[in-house]
Amino acid sequence: MQAKSSAQTAKALAIVAWLVLLVMVWLLLSGLFKPLLIGLGLFSCVITVYVVNRTGFFDQPSLLNAMPRMPKYMAYLFVDIVKSSIDVTRIVLNPKLPISPTEIEMDAAPQGHVGQAILGNSITLSPGTVTIDVHQGKLRVHCLTQAGADELLNSKINQRTAELTEK
Amino acid sequence: MSMYLIVSLAILVTMGLAIVRALRGPSVYDRVLAVNMFGTKTVLLLSVVAFLYGRPDFLDLALTYALINFVGILAVLGFFQSQSSRRSDDTEK
Amino acid sequence: MTEQLIDVLSWVLLTAGGFFVLVGGVGALRLPNFYTRMHAASVTDTMATFLILGGVMLQAGLSLATIKLIAILVFLLLTGPTASYALANAALLSGMKPDVCATKKSKEQAE
Repeated sequence: MQAKSSAQTAKALAIVAWLVLLVMVWLLLSGLFKPLLIGLGLFSCVITVYVVNRTGFFDQPSLLNAMPRMPKYMAYLFVDIVKSSIDVTRIVLNPKLPISPTEIEMDAAPQGHVGQAILGNSITLSPGTVTIDVHQGKLRVHCLTQAGADELLNSKINQRTAELTEK
Repeated sequence: MSMYLIVSLAILVTMGLAIVRALRGPSVYDRVLAVNMFGTKTVLLLSVVAFLYGRPDFLDLALTYALINFVGILAVLGFFQSQSSRRSDDTEK
Repeated sequence: MTEQLIDVLSWVLLTAGGFFVLVGGVGALRLPNFYTRMHAASVTDTMATFLILGGVMLQAGLSLATIKLIAILVFLLLTGPTASYALANAALLSGMKPDVCATKKSKEQAE
């Protein structure tokens, strides 16, 4: 009983947080403070939250808990992106085009859908590796070179995403 | 020679290359990839052109274009997927 | 003084961004098949976006334009991989086999 009510407060909190965020975005982008426009903005924000609620987004463990750990993860991801873009640039501009496409199958460390989505998107964001399939906790990743594949297998991105979303 | 002009030219050349890839194909997914690339480059071009001509309202256009491009690519993919599954059903029968 | 520094910095960022955009375009033409071409497109989607929007942001300074640029950046970084995944997955499900020299499996499992 206790657990259920705390889950409900978490859900309500997430809904209010997203509503505030959406209203702020609206005010920033419109820059007009007439009552009619603000009313329209509020209306569309409420509609958006209602539609998103129907997809079951707020029933999942929310990303709000992960926010304090987000900057560190983003910094790590950014360094990774810079390194691998330079690698891919070298390969593309090399006249011999030294590619050796490799496919990786790996088990996703994060259990939730949100964590797996973040993991897949992070892998796709760094050039040289593209997630081509996520199914039942298994990821298929296409890599441009074998060296890049080894790098991905040795990197801690799987664990890091799990730590980010599930702690 | 402003720096915005150089970047705009680079982006325009890449958009041209993306169109070449879209025309050459060979598969439909290559074309969609090229069109997606063309779209994201358009967003970048719009944000650079906003500063090249000193018209910050172009940034709103860039934001809107990014939204429309994303939804458009997903819609096109969904269309091709339903069509190809229908075609494979027909060949099985 | 600081103004000149910012100018030089955004010159560097913007020209580097232009370079990475060109690399992506050349790669999309040069690479031999669909799945490898996606990697070239991903260079322009991430690195070039960072550099170009970063360089423009430096010129905009603290203003509404910077906030809009950040919104564009966040939006591109969220939708780019999602669109790539949708595209790659659609190609995979339609039966296009990725040509690979090797398939590897991760041994380590998160305990």
